[in-house]
Formats: sequence, structure tokens, C-alpha cells
Amino acid sequence: MNEKAFKRRKLHSILFFLLIIGVAFISAYMTDFNLVEGMATIPTALIWMAENLIITTDTLAKLPKILEKLNETIFMSIAATTIAAAISLFLGIAGSTTTAVNGFFSTLARLIASFARNIPVVAWALILLLSFGQNSITGFLALFVGTVGFLTRAFIESIDEAGSSAYEALTATGATYFQVVGKAIIPQCLPQMISWILFMIETNIRSATLVGILTGTGIGYAFDLYYKMLDYQAVALITLLIVAAVIIIELASNHIRRVIL
Amino acid sequence: MSLLQVKDLNKSYQTDTKVLKNINFSAGTGEFLSVIGPSGAGKSTLLRCINRLVQADKGEILFGGQDLLKLRKKELRAARTNIGMIFQHYNLVPRLTVIENVLHGRFGYKSTLQGVLGRFSEEEKERAFYLLEKLGIEAHAYKRCDQLSGGQQQRVGICRALIQNPKLILCDEPIASLDPHSSKVIMDHLKSISEEMGITCIVNLHQVEVAQSYSDRIIGLNNGSIVFDGSNFQLDQLYIKRVYGMETRELITV
Repeated sequence: MNEKAFKRRKLHSILFFLLIIGVAFISAYMTDFNLVEGMATIPTALIWMAENLIITTDTLAKLPKILEKLNETIFMSIAATTIAAAISLFLGIAGSTTTAVNGFFSTLARLIASFARNIPVVAWALILLLSFGQNSITGFLALFVGTVGFLTRAFIESIDEAGSSAYEALTATGATYFQVVGKAIIPQCLPQMISWILFMIETNIRSATLVGILTGTGIGYAFDLYYKMLDYQAVALITLLIVAAVIIIELASNHIRRVIL
Repeated sequence: MSLLQVKDLNKSYQTDTKVLKNINFSAGTGEFLSVIGPSGAGKSTLLRCINRLVQADKGEILFGGQDLLKLRKKELRAARTNIGMIFQHYNLVPRLTVIENVLHGRFGYKSTLQGVLGRFSEEEKERAFYLLEKLGIEAHAYKRCDQLSGGQQQRVGICRALIQNPKLILCDEPIASLDPHSSKVIMDHLKSISEEMGITCIVNLHQVEVAQSYSDRIIGLNNGSIVFDGSNFQLDQLYIKRVYGMETRELITV
């Protein structure tokens, strides 16, 4: 009996594996993707990169200008994230089942969050571009909206997970709603919330580059400009700087996380 | 006159199943009252109906002369300051210090702003330290609660309830997650609270023997109804069978 069950499970795994391979082949066929041809172009691509993406002393002359743009992007991401975090805190408290004031606000908060979150940041940038034009406000708003969506969701989860028992106990002592939220819920969830905010700052610096290409601001604009001028050395420098910036921010936020948790 | 009087209390979470059916009992000042019964009998719901963490459907709960079920928000808040509560899982804020958690018990007496800003008077702080000393955990006053053992955390919970200056303390399975020694420490403290301070204690318990050795009176709940209400020596085999649906020898009683 047991052996039979094992055999059946084994058969299931094999069938599942074959199914995945089948799906891969069908998708490749439908999109005219040829794995062998694709692989064959890799060496040529690498050679092109090695020939063109070289940083020379000429390029380094452009460094101050590029750094200025990079700064703009980093600070815009931080500003968008922190302001979004403040809004998300209220939405999160309203949306969590533990601290919900009433069903209407709870549903509204969740609705705003999922609407903001499920539209990609790039799509937000393109939509906002129509009304706000090509400037840094558009980029800021695109990041802001996406961040509100994500952080509200994360805050709701944190509060639901950590808050309910202390909420019950403090309500029983006769504490008011704001006393419970201010003195039990927020202190308990704060480290987790800060952790999410740091994560969002990292993510937004990456997104800001892409959004910048569309809205003509920050490092994304510089990337787009040099790319269209065929100045590939500068493009390489920008790419390298973005990677460095993201890594530095990531290390810094990991350190902060270790300290607060 | 009794401090607490529950009359015809009814509660159902879904329309077809009743959790509490026509509950009637009273508790006097300084009385130590245990509520026993199998899981799902309605013990926790009963306690939570008293301080209205759960809204009862029908009935009256007279506490110090007023019907708790009829109170509006502000009056309810004032009434809750007189009722402390102790939980199975302590329900402290784990990241805050012991002393902060104890002072949380004073929020009921403060305006929202005073509470949110954390303004406590010297007397309140002295009282908090006095209570911590009384329960033997003053050495841990500045430690975070998540660094304490279960028994110590429960003692913080007791301090938080006592600093309210309550007339009644509701204990929802206070020793269900504790080891035998910590359980004894906690039960001894609860007993002395009711005897020395004259505070009424209503304690939900799973252990029949513990209920029998500590209580002045025991209430047995089964399936939402009171099937036993009497002193601990009146609780014999017959009634235990009525409460749990089986004989004592089929139960782990210690």
C-alpha cells in the first residue's frame, strides 16, 4: 500500500517535470525563440561590450556631472519613500484587521493599496507623464504611488502579525484607541516597518533609474542622453555608478537593520 | 451585596450555535472564583463578555450597581479601569521594558494625549516599582519583556492589572502555558491578591485539582451552560462527569 503511494508520487513528479519541458518548448516555438541561436550571439555581445564599454580618462571628466545626477536620483528616491511611508502608516493602521476603525476605512485602505501596487511603477510614470509633463515631480509621484501601495500592504501584515494580543490587553485596561496604537502597536511594529522602508529605498533607487529615462530626470536622463549620443564609455560609467550606489545603500541598510532588530 | 452579578447572559458568534446559554451567577468582593470546563465550553467568551471585549447578545452584567452591557464608550472606559485582565499568552508588548508594560495599566485613567506622550506621575512610577517588588521581579524592571521567562512575563501581566487598582481581575487560563513551578507561583500570587487586597478573581482553569485547592467557589461550564456552581468540596465525581462528560480517572487532573 505504502509502496504504491510512493510509486504514484514518483510518477507525478516525472509527469510534472515533462510538462514543464513541454511548456518551455511550446513557448519557444510560438515566439520563434531559438536557444542555440541565442547562445551563439553571446560571444559577439561580450566582444562588443569589451570594445565599447571602456571607461577612459576622457569619461572621468564627466564624473562630477554624472554624480550630481546620481545624487538627484538617490535623494528623490529617499524623499518619495519617506513621505510615502508616513502616508502608508495611516493607511496601514486603518487597513489592518486588528486596528481597523470600521469596515469601510479598512476596505478603502486595502483598495488604495492594491490599486497603487498592482500597476507597475513604469506604467505610473507613463500615465503621470501625460498630466505632469517631463519633470522631476512626475518621477517623484510615480515612485511615491508605487511605494504607498507596497508599504501599506507590508505595514498591514506587520500590524496584523504583531499587534492583536497587546491590543486586546490594553483595550481591557480602558486605554483609548490612540493610546493603544501609539504605545503598543507602533513600538512593537517599528523595527519591521523601518526594515520595509529601507528595502523600499533600495528598490526605488533601482526604479528611479528607469523612471528617469521616461521622465527625463536624474541619472536615468543622463543614461538616456549619453546612450543616444553613442557615448558608450559614459554609459558604462553610469551603469557602474548605479551598481555601486545600490550596493552601498544595501550595505548601509543591512547594518541599520542589524542594529535595530 | 455581590460585586458582580451576571443575569441571563447569551452569546452566539453564528446565528445557529449558541456559545453561552442563559448564564446566571454572582461573585462577592474578595471571592476567588474558578471557571472550569472543556475547551470550547465558552469559558473565554464568558470572561470577555464581562469586560466587553466580546459583545454579548442578551442579558445583564451588574458591576458595582451599573449594567456594563448598557454603557457607552466613555462610561465603558471608566468601568474597564476597575477590571483587570490576565491572559494565557501574557499579551504584553514584548519589545518594551517591564516597567513600561506595567505603566500601560494606567492608561485608563489618562487623557489620550497624556497616554500617547507617556506622562506618568511620580506616585504611579513608585507604585509600579512597589508592585514589581511585591511580585519579586523588580530586578528585571528595565529589561525588555521578550527576555523574560513565561512565569516572569505573567507576573508583569499581574502587575499591569494591579496598577489599575481594580475591584475585579479576570484571568483567562493564566497558567496554561507555564511549567508546574511557575504555575504555583502565579496561583499563589492570585490567591493572595484576592485575600489580602480584597480583589475578586475570576479564573478560567483547565486543571480541576488546581481549581479545587485554590478556589472559594467553582463554576462548571459545559457546552455554554452552567452545570455546576458551588464550593470546591461540593464538586464531586458526579459533577465532574457532568462538566467534562467523563469520570475523573479518565482525566489528567494535576
